[in-house]
Amino acid sequence: MAVTVRIPAPLRKLTGGSSDVPAQGATIAAIIDNIEASHPGLKARLCDETGGIRPFVNIYLNDEDIRFLDGPDTRLADGDLVSIVPAIAGGA
Amino acid sequence: MSFTEEEIERYSRHIILKEVGGAGQQKLKDAKVFMVGAGGLGSPAALYLAAAGVGTLGIVDLDVVDLSNLQRQILHTTPDVGRPKVVSARETLHAVNPNITINTVEERITSANVLDIIKDYDIVMDGSDNFPTRFLMNDACFMLKKPLVSGSMFRFDGQVTVLRGHLPTDPCYRCLYPEPPPADLVPSCQEAGILGVLAGTVGILQATETIKLILGQGDVLAGKLLVYNALEMEFMKVKYKKNPHCLLCGPNPQITKLLDYEISCTLQRH
Repeated sequence: MAVTVRIPAPLRKLTGGSSDVPAQGATIAAIIDNIEASHPGLKARLCDETGGIRPFVNIYLNDEDIRFLDGPDTRLADGDLVSIVPAIAGGA
Repeated sequence: MSFTEEEIERYSRHIILKEVGGAGQQKLKDAKVFMVGAGGLGSPAALYLAAAGVGTLGIVDLDVVDLSNLQRQILHTTPDVGRPKVVSARETLHAVNPNITINTVEERITSANVLDIIKDYDIVMDGSDNFPTRFLMNDACFMLKKPLVSGSMFRFDGQVTVLRGHLPTDPCYRCLYPEPPPADLVPSCQEAGILGVLAGTVGILQATETIKLILGQGDVLAGKLLVYNALEMEFMKVKYKKNPHCLLCGPNPQITKLLDYEISCTLQRH
């Protein structure tokens, strides 16, 4: 499946500044491995040592949080938008 | 209704709206809203809530005004540099609307004092600048069954959501983000920078949600996260749900008292 991955500002230094990265894969886990291959370092920011999604980073398939779908096993369709949204805390 | 002639004129553009009217304006007057922080988010939010006639505003902030705050913290002005933020906030807000009550707390909010500080308010707005305070406010508002209107920002990005984990169908902040990031993954405030006007956008979105909650009008961002990017001028609204494994608001809660996380941003004054 060909999807677009939306990269949040704090991780764009790993994508050469790109906010949208094309990726190939049937599941969210496959997409993460795919973007890791083209942009090394991304996976460690998204996943812990066991491969689980970090608890302060959310991944949305279109407008749905994958935590409430099938997590990393969530299946994708051509044209899907996968958005990475990390927690941010600034307010002052 | 209990409005003076002056108030009827002051709020006339509200009262003429059928979604507000005299009854809605009375709800605003009766409302008690607590703001965590008189900084980037608290400034625009408090100004509009005061102007709107929210009858009681509480504000907590321990900091004094720094020159580098004035790029975005519009409650404070150049002569306020060096003065406590809650003092200049009170003066600015009373100048906008002398009819309202403003309670100020010049302390750091902690697990020991938070419940007592917010207990008399109807709605809490989070404009804090670190994860430990955000988790603390979430847990405290859950325990006291108060809606929490959360706004946060980073460089050019903003996030807004309404948290009501005490309701059976609504998620809390821990449903959205189960744990704070470790301190070494959080860029320092100085490193991060912030587009000043972004604070206005995010703070005013929080004030909008707060006013809608008071009026009982419209759809609020409960179970929805609004993600804003100022550079691309894009708003994205994504959904999340009550997490059945949530340690706070799930069916098998593990968190039954307030926790203190280590403050991960060391430059809180900026």
